[in-house]
Amino acid sequence: MNRVDKVSRRGFLGTAIGAGALVLGVQINEAEGATPAWMPSVYLGIEPNGTAVIVAHRSEMGTGIRSVLPMVVADELEADWKKVRVEQAIGDTKYGSQNTDGSCSIRDFYDAMREAGATARLMLEQAAAKKWNVPSAECKGQNHFVVHSKSGKKAAYGELVKVASTLPVPKKADLRLKPESEFRYIGKELPTIDQADHTRGAGKFGIDAKMPGMLYASIERPPVYGAKLRSFDDAAVKGVKGVVRTATIEGFKPPHMFQALGGVAVLADSTWAAAQGRKKLKVEWDLGPNGSFDSAKEKAEILAKIKQPGKVVRNVGDVDKAFAGAGKVHEASYYVPLLSHAPMEPPAAVAEWRDGKVVTYAATQNPQAVQEAVAGAMGIKKEDVTCHVTLLGGGFGRKSKPDYVCEAAMLSKQVGKPVKVVWSREDDIKFDFYHANAGMYMKAALDAKGKPTAWLHRSVFPSIGSTFDASAEYGQEFEMGMGWVDLPYAIPNHRAENGAHKNHVRIGWMRAVAHIYHAFAIHSFVDELAAAANRDRVEYILDLLGPDRNVPIEPVGMKYWNNDQDQTKFPVDTARLKRVVQLVAEKSGWANKKPTKGRALGIAAHRSFLTYVAAVVEVEVDDRGRVTIPRVDIAVDAGQIINPERARSQIEGAAVFGTSLAMMGEITAADGRIVQSNFNNYPVARINEAPKVTHVHLVPSKAPAAGIGEPGVPPIAPAITSAIFAATGKRIRELPIRKTKLV
Amino acid sequence: MIQLKVNGSAKKFDGDPEMPLLWYLRDVLDYTGTKFGCGAGLCGACTVHVNGEATRSCVTSMKDAAGKDITTIEGLGAKSEHPLQAAWKHCNVSQCGYCQSGQIMQAAALLKTKPKPTDSDIDSAMQGNICRCGTYQRIRQAIQIAAGVKA
Ligand code: FES
Ligand code: FES
Repeated sequence: MNRVDKVSRRGFLGTAIGAGALVLGVQINEAEGATPAWMPSVYLGIEPNGTAVIVAHRSEMGTGIRSVLPMVVADELEADWKKVRVEQAIGDTKYGSQNTDGSCSIRDFYDAMREAGATARLMLEQAAAKKWNVPSAECKGQNHFVVHSKSGKKAAYGELVKVASTLPVPKKADLRLKPESEFRYIGKELPTIDQADHTRGAGKFGIDAKMPGMLYASIERPPVYGAKLRSFDDAAVKGVKGVVRTATIEGFKPPHMFQALGGVAVLADSTWAAAQGRKKLKVEWDLGPNGSFDSAKEKAEILAKIKQPGKVVRNVGDVDKAFAGAGKVHEASYYVPLLSHAPMEPPAAVAEWRDGKVVTYAATQNPQAVQEAVAGAMGIKKEDVTCHVTLLGGGFGRKSKPDYVCEAAMLSKQVGKPVKVVWSREDDIKFDFYHANAGMYMKAALDAKGKPTAWLHRSVFPSIGSTFDASAEYGQEFEMGMGWVDLPYAIPNHRAENGAHKNHVRIGWMRAVAHIYHAFAIHSFVDELAAAANRDRVEYILDLLGPDRNVPIEPVGMKYWNNDQDQTKFPVDTARLKRVVQLVAEKSGWANKKPTKGRALGIAAHRSFLTYVAAVVEVEVDDRGRVTIPRVDIAVDAGQIINPERARSQIEGAAVFGTSLAMMGEITAADGRIVQSNFNNYPVARINEAPKVTHVHLVPSKAPAAGIGEPGVPPIAPAITSAIFAATGKRIRELPIRKTKLV
Repeated sequence: MIQLKVNGSAKKFDGDPEMPLLWYLRDVLDYTGTKFGCGAGLCGACTVHVNGEATRSCVTSMKDAAGKDITTIEGLGAKSEHPLQAAWKHCNVSQCGYCQSGQIMQAAALLKTKPKPTDSDIDSAMQGNICRCGTYQRIRQAIQIAAGVKA
């Protein structure tokens, strides 16, 4: 029945329009405990009382997606939003990909949602036509009723469910999608369904999930990546009031993927008792080869590697020849440290093992990955893992890696009760899948106007590939394709090289991923070149982007990732990038705000997740070197926008996230152990440190919808350092900025 | 036996007197609106009112809560919606929503002492409350609207 299963993820995502077609027509009736509803689509059911039950199959971590995709269904259904109930889907391949990651929910499911709604509307219209014995073309769904225009007859959707459910599901070609002029919700600013709950503390997150009789676990994990448990002594633990027992969790077998890290767990009748018991544990570890890992030494190693040739990953023209004949040359090296996601809600899940099956409630971005990872850990089939998805208190990529759900399931099997695992903040920061540290070396040969005739960019970083292949040393196609090999500038000679490097901690994707370090290096370098040429930065960027054109990206030895999208549908379009640069310059008042001592604007423009973004950041640097950000302007061309209000909020949030990583974020390691532990030594931006206001300027567009959750992040750090240079003359080539003394 | 009042009703607790109020509220009373973010007084997610004052419940032990009057987010607008709650909805402040109970409790305490807060009042009162999603500008706007210092 389920054809989605047979299609590989790439193939599936590659045909965005396929998503709906593949799953439509599946008649199911398994909404948990709900009134049996007519389900013309896996995403939509209508109850006899008329309530439209729309399934949110993507995870809600703050983007608004569990409201916005259902709004698309409701629009095509001609549903009255007040008569819609949104239900969160469990993990199931019948929904297509549920991996809420990579800023692609709208891009991949907009068409499918419209088809789901339009299918149901057509069937309701046909049911009404049958009832009134008139041609169905004369019947029209309107705000939860079908209306017969000639006679003025009207029937509520609920009345038509019974007949509609007997009709064959229409072919896609017979659907009538609404014209834009009739949109009720698409492109409008309807509030999301969870806003009111969040003002009353009523939203249910992973940390809030409970199962009857559950125990609370606190887990002592291997302090070093790859360390093994040698022995432990829990004698003192047992005396702690509320502690029930201890249990060990087996360490992972390489590659680590999403397996549990292993360790010793204390199980108790409350979160507090478990944590107290854990303090009394005595554990000995075999640290293994990473026991001597030191992030300062690694940084020196990476900065040395970027001076050496690496594997060529893009090559245009002849860089060597151009450098040999160059008059002026500019070069610089940049460094970005390891970073931790630190979502406000740490990883949290509750799971129960019973009769060879697992039921879990988890804060997860990817319930199907939960099914697979837990099934792998327990040696059962993934269909025997039921994953309920709670609200997520932030995700940022951390919660698409379900090691914490595996922990809960493995412990439940041992203790014979449901087990809740909530990571402490210390656990979260010390045992993350870290955003990669990276070194970048840049070199340009310059013409008389200071414009590059040749451009060399070397990057060295531990790859996310190491999560899936323990021997991985080079970047993956997607890491290379994130704002690096797809450099859009009009430069005749261009080479990108990647040096080999091994991971010493778990490396994972974090909001905007490899764009973070590539954007920092590229746009900082552009800023340096503009300054060296003594040219206005906006004018320089526009010149660098060159004539309006689609830049064909042809990397060496791989295809251009482009978010798994075809370059004909989603080209690298310099006209769109120039447009956001011009728009942000205009809106920020760039031309009239010349730098003064201690106060200046900075700019960066970057395409990521198929979206074009330009940011202007205004900074103030006081006489003690303290940086504040009174204002940010961001122009965004993300193609069609479904909910402009949530799009703006994502970009506002991205400016804050970008500020955190630019100004203060840094994870370091000594003796293989992560040094940071909580928000005191891994600070994130607070209200007085964040941009005071971010103005978001959305470019009206009919281009296909691209990403929104991540693209706001990459330009922020280089725009801040651009502004700091203009205000102080200090060039910052390493993040976080707080490490550089500005006075 | 520790006695205290939570959202107006009398409670008794005979567990570990060192247990933070946060876990009593969440694990024992099931008032899960109060969130855990750091356990060390660094993020404000666990903010409740103790005798009317904004307090980090993660670093307030049950023995220190004895005899006190506790209000959680569930109790804040129980009788009628607090103006901050209305303003929060008006501004669509929340992204993930996880920090917002703590933000609202902190802001409610601010408005009690400073009904017409300035920007710097807001900065200093709210800087203990982290929002990793970055909703700060809307938090500021919502406080100003609730206080009537901005439309
Ligand atoms: S959880 Fe109490 S301040 Fe963070
Ligand atoms: S709304 Fe997500 S942490 Fe504040």
